Amino acid sequence: MRKKAILEKGSKLFFFLCALFSIGAVLFICYFIFANAIPAIRQVGLWEFLSGASWQPNNVPQEFGIFNMIVGSVYVTAGAIVIGVPIGLLGAIYLAKFCPKRIYPVLKQAVSLLAGIPSIIYGFFGMMVIVPFILENFEGNGNSVLAASIVLGIMILPTIISISETSLRAVPKSYEEGALALGATREESAFKVILPAAKSGVVTSIVLGIGRAIGETMAVVMVAGNSNILPSSIFKSVRTLTANIVLEMSYASGLHYDALIATGAVLFVFILLLNMALGLLTSKKRA
Amino acid sequence: MKLAIKHLKDQLRIYRRKPLSLVLFLLLNLAMLLTIASLIFVIGYIFVNGVSHLTPELVFGKYSSDNPSMSFAIVTTVILVIVALLLAAPLSIFCAIYLTEYAKRGNKIVKVIRLATETLAGIPSIVYGLFGSIFFGTVLGWGYSILTGACTVAIMVLPVIIRSTEESILSVPDSYREGSYGLGASKLRTVFKIVLPSAMPGILSAVILSVGRIVGETAALIFTLGSVAKMPGSLLDSSRTLAVHMYISTRDGGMAGRNTAFATGVILVSIVLVINLLASYLAKKVSGGKTDGE
Repeated sequence: MRKKAILEKGSKLFFFLCALFSIGAVLFICYFIFANAIPAIRQVGLWEFLSGASWQPNNVPQEFGIFNMIVGSVYVTAGAIVIGVPIGLLGAIYLAKFCPKRIYPVLKQAVSLLAGIPSIIYGFFGMMVIVPFILENFEGNGNSVLAASIVLGIMILPTIISISETSLRAVPKSYEEGALALGATREESAFKVILPAAKSGVVTSIVLGIGRAIGETMAVVMVAGNSNILPSSIFKSVRTLTANIVLEMSYASGLHYDALIATGAVLFVFILLLNMALGLLTSKKRA
Repeated sequence: MKLAIKHLKDQLRIYRRKPLSLVLFLLLNLAMLLTIASLIFVIGYIFVNGVSHLTPELVFGKYSSDNPSMSFAIVTTVILVIVALLLAAPLSIFCAIYLTEYAKRGNKIVKVIRLATETLAGIPSIVYGLFGSIFFGTVLGWGYSILTGACTVAIMVLPVIIRSTEESILSVPDSYREGSYGLGASKLRTVFKIVLPSAMPGILSAVILSVGRIVGETAALIFTLGSVAKMPGSLLDSSRTLAVHMYISTRDGGMAGRNTAFATGVILVSIVLVINLLASYLAKKVSGGKTDGE
C-alpha cells in the first residue's frame, strides 16, 4: 500500500517537472540570446546599433547599425497586414456567417492546409512567380517590399481567418437576431453588429499575424532582395532583421557573430512586446 | 427547388433596395475565393512544374554534383523527426497531463506555465535557430548535427503538442474518470488506462501536425543541423532535411538546383497534404468519440 502511495506522489511530481520544462525553455532561450547580444550591443553602443544605417562587418573599423533592417521589417509586416487583414477578415466573416454548410468542411480544410505549407514553399513560389510578375509589370528588379508583402500576406491569412472566425462564432445569436428583426440585411448585421462584438478576437488575430510576419525568415529572404537600404518605394529591395541573420550567420565570427545574435535579440524583444500586448488584450476581455 | 428560387428572389429584392449589402456580399465571396485560389495556385504551381523533375535518380539516387539527389535528405528528415518527437512528445504529453489532471484551478504556477507555452509558440523559428546553435551547438559542443537540430525543433513543437493534448484530454467526459475511480483504480491508473486512450486520436493528430512543422522547418535548422550534403553516419553528423535541401539548391544550384528544388517541393507539399488530411481525420474522430460518450 505504501509503495503505491509513493508511486502516486512520485508520478505527480514527475508530471509537474515536465510541466515546468516550458518555463525553463523560455528562460534558457532568453538567457542565451541576451547573454550573447548584450556585450555586443554594449560594444557597438545601443544607440549606434539601433539607429545606425551602415552595416559593414568587413570594414575596419566594423560598423553595425540595423536601423534600415528594423524599418524593413516594419515595412514588409505593414504590407502583409494591408494585404492579409482585409482578405482574412472578410474570409472569416464568410466562413462564420455566409458559408453554405456543404462546402464549409472543404474550405476549413483548405485554410488549415494554407497554414501547414512550409515557408520555404511560399518563398520559392514567390521567387518563381511573384518576383517575375513584378519585374515585368512594374519598375525595379522584382525583389521588393511588395513581393515580400504579398508572400507574407498570404502566409498570415490562415492565422487571421481561423482566430477571427472563432471569435465571430462566439458572438451570441441574439445579437444577430435583434439586428435582423430591426430590418437589417444579413450583411449589415454581420458588419455592423457581429464584427464590432467580436472586436477583441479580431485584434488578437491581427497581433498574432503581425508576430508571424515579422518573424518569418525563409520566405522573405527569397523574395525581398536583401540590400541594406531604406526602400524609397514598394518596388525597391529591402532587408529585414530575420534576413540579416540568415544571410550572414554561416560565415560570421567574433563581434560580427554577436551582432547577428543581437539582431535576433531585437527581433525577440519585438515578439515579447507583441506577446505582452496580447496578454493585456485577453486579460481585459476576461475582466 | 421552388423554395430556393423564391428565396433567391427575396434576396435579390433586398439587394436592390440596399445595394451596399450586395457589394459586401460579393466582397465576402471574393475574399474566400482569393484565399482558396492562392492555395490552389501555390500547390498547383509546384506540382505542375515539379512532377516532371521527379526522376528516380533524383529521388533515390546517390548525391553527387551531377545528380543533386535528395535521398540523403529524405533519410535525414526521417531521423530528425523521430529523434525530435522522442524528445518532445513524452515531455509535452506529461505536461498536458499535469495541467489538466493534477493542477488545481487558478494555481499561480499553472498560469506561468501557460504564459511560457504561449511565449514559446510565438518565438520565430530563426530565434530558435540562434538559440540552438549557441546552446546545443556551442555550449554543449554538439556542433552542427542532427542531435542539435532535433533538440531545437523539439522545443519548437512543444507548445503545439501541449495545447492540442490538453484540449483532447479535456474533452474526455468526467464520467469516464468517475467510473474508473468507482472501480477502485488509482489516479495514475485512471490517467494511463482511461484518460489517455480516450484522448489518443487527438494526441496523435497533434503529434502528426508537429511532424508537418518539423518537415517544413528551415530557418531553425540551417544553423543547428547545418547543410552538409551527405548521408549522415551518426546523430552527431551534419546533414540537410528536405526543406533545407530545397533552400540550398535554390540558392546555390543555378538551373539544375532549381529543378531539384521543384522536385523537393513536390515531395514536401505531398507530405504536408497527407499530414494535414490525416490530422484532421483523427481530430474528427475525437469530437465524434465525445458525442458517443455522452
